[in-house]
Amino acid sequence: MAMLQLQNIDMVFNPGTVNEAAIFRGFELGIEKGQFVSVVGSNGSGKTTLLNLICGNLNPTKGDIVLEGKSILKMAEHQRARFIGRVFQDPGKGTSPSMTILENMALADNKGKAYNLTRGVNKKRREDYRAQLEQLQLGLEDKLDVQVGSLSGGQRQALSLLICTMSPIQLLILDEHTAALDPKTSENIMILTDKLVREKGLTTLMVTHNLRFAVQYGNRLIMMDKGKAIIDAADDAKKALEIQDLVKTFSEISIEMGN
Amino acid sequence: MDVLLEIFKGILEQGLIYSIMALGVYISYHILEFPDLSVDGTFPFGAAVTAMLLLKGVNPWLACLAAAACGAAAGLVTGLLHVRLKITDLLSGILTMTGLWSVNLAIAKTSLLSTFGTDTIFNSGLITLLPESLASWYVLIVVFVLAMLMKLLLDWYLRTKSGMLLRAVGDNAQLVTSLAKNAGSVKILGLVIGNGFTAFAGAVLCQQQKFFDVNMGTGMMVMGLASVIIGMTLFRKISFLKTSTMVVLGAIFYKACLSAALNLGFNPNYLKLIMTVIFTVALVANNITKKREGGSGRHGYAAAAKY
Ligand SMILES: Nc1ncnc2c1ncn2[C@@H]1O[C@H](COP(=O)(O)OP(=O)(O)OP(=O)(O)O)[C@@H](O)[C@H]1O
Ligand SMILES: [Mg+2]
Repeated sequence: MAMLQLQNIDMVFNPGTVNEAAIFRGFELGIEKGQFVSVVGSNGSGKTTLLNLICGNLNPTKGDIVLEGKSILKMAEHQRARFIGRVFQDPGKGTSPSMTILENMALADNKGKAYNLTRGVNKKRREDYRAQLEQLQLGLEDKLDVQVGSLSGGQRQALSLLICTMSPIQLLILDEHTAALDPKTSENIMILTDKLVREKGLTTLMVTHNLRFAVQYGNRLIMMDKGKAIIDAADDAKKALEIQDLVKTFSEISIEMGN
Repeated sequence: MDVLLEIFKGILEQGLIYSIMALGVYISYHILEFPDLSVDGTFPFGAAVTAMLLLKGVNPWLACLAAAACGAAAGLVTGLLHVRLKITDLLSGILTMTGLWSVNLAIAKTSLLSTFGTDTIFNSGLITLLPESLASWYVLIVVFVLAMLMKLLLDWYLRTKSGMLLRAVGDNAQLVTSLAKNAGSVKILGLVIGNGFTAFAGAVLCQQQKFFDVNMGTGMMVMGLASVIIGMTLFRKISFLKTSTMVVLGAIFYKACLSAALNLGFNPNYLKLIMTVIFTVALVANNITKKREGGSGRHGYAAAAKY
């Protein structure tokens, strides 16, 4: 059985009003343990809605969401965060800007445990944090006491990624996490993502508008259109996919929509 | 000379008492980014509870603690209104403040309640072990120790895991959610602590001035905020100062300005107007320095917090 299952999901916004909009109808998706899934699709095709359903920002109108055999439908977003890590498009969302890198890492290090009245930063962990930062190769290991707010978007996003994967998670959600970065930095963040995902064997769901990233990374690719997966290719089928194929399908969708 | 000394002593006494309230506003406004108007109600709430308990003969220190607990409960109400019932931050504070007006009257049973003649933290207990000759300094000594204790308590708390989560929630609530914690509950906790501080300050002021006045909370939020902003604007260049220290100094400076204005012969009826002017000047001065230094900050003031 797949590790994450979306079962027969209906998602209807503003039901019963003139603004009623059904984005998913009987949507099914299963993700196997260890899979790295890239999701592409045009604006409004339902990618963010899909992630929001999994993470608990939205509740489906119908259907069930099952993680490792247990329904997580009744869990609030912060409860699901115990085992789901998420990196957002906005690099500011993954860190606390007024706190130092050290404090941010210490906070993340404590995830899943009590946030009580003991000391927030364990000095003994400093060297360990430094070693983790070294992997990013951004020189952040020498900036442990610098406020995160003074870092660049790319540095912050790298840190967000690190922080998000510091404590054990079962599912990593990447929501256009390179979209706000320049091409070179996006590339670096993607390489880092791939490295972390492999090292920790993370099951990953990545939404991106970058078709090359979608083709190059991961072992499964899904293209969404109007709330449906119109391409779903894993492993060898995915390897056979080329950017041109995706571009072609993409423009076919656009023609259908009359653009 | 003696007159001047008395004035300075008065400024320090008042400034230090109000600095405890300013620390509470610092928690809600600066750390949580929550413009908490319940402060105008919790300050006199602390005083009303204290006055009532003192008149019943309760130990004055216990009265302070009880007042702080009551203030914390009021903060809980504001927090629940905002987080659970989804009422806007401003309105939640206004609701609590308005409700507390009646609660305060119900506790004190009158709009002006004298506690003259009761034991206070300034005339009983430990402080009386000091030589009699220092009697005129008792108030200053006690409020100084209290303000320092509260400041150190806050400094310590903000470095604990719980305190760091509190700092994170004002900064980026999504991060707290990502850390598998309920961001709403953390916000509520912050309001509980902030209003606890405020009511504690009300309790101390009540014991110092020996009466409760139902109007004593009017303008407290503005005063607290002015202290926070003045403190962080004036003293941010002094790098070894913690933000909480700046807030305490800001409160004293603010009281000094008020006192100067009154001693220069301004009509006391214009007190609130003078407060507004000082606050406006502080905000403008802060905006100018911010622009000049190219500083940025989510709070609209140049200084970055140091914990
Ligand atoms: N809260 C909402 N209320 C009403 N409609 C919504 C809401 N959220 C999303 N939608 C609609 O659902 C559809 C899918 O939106 P979604 O944000 O999931 O698209 P997306 O694939 O992430 O697009 P993009 O590439 O632009 O990020 C859109 O038509 C959008 O208008
Ligand atoms: Mg989207």
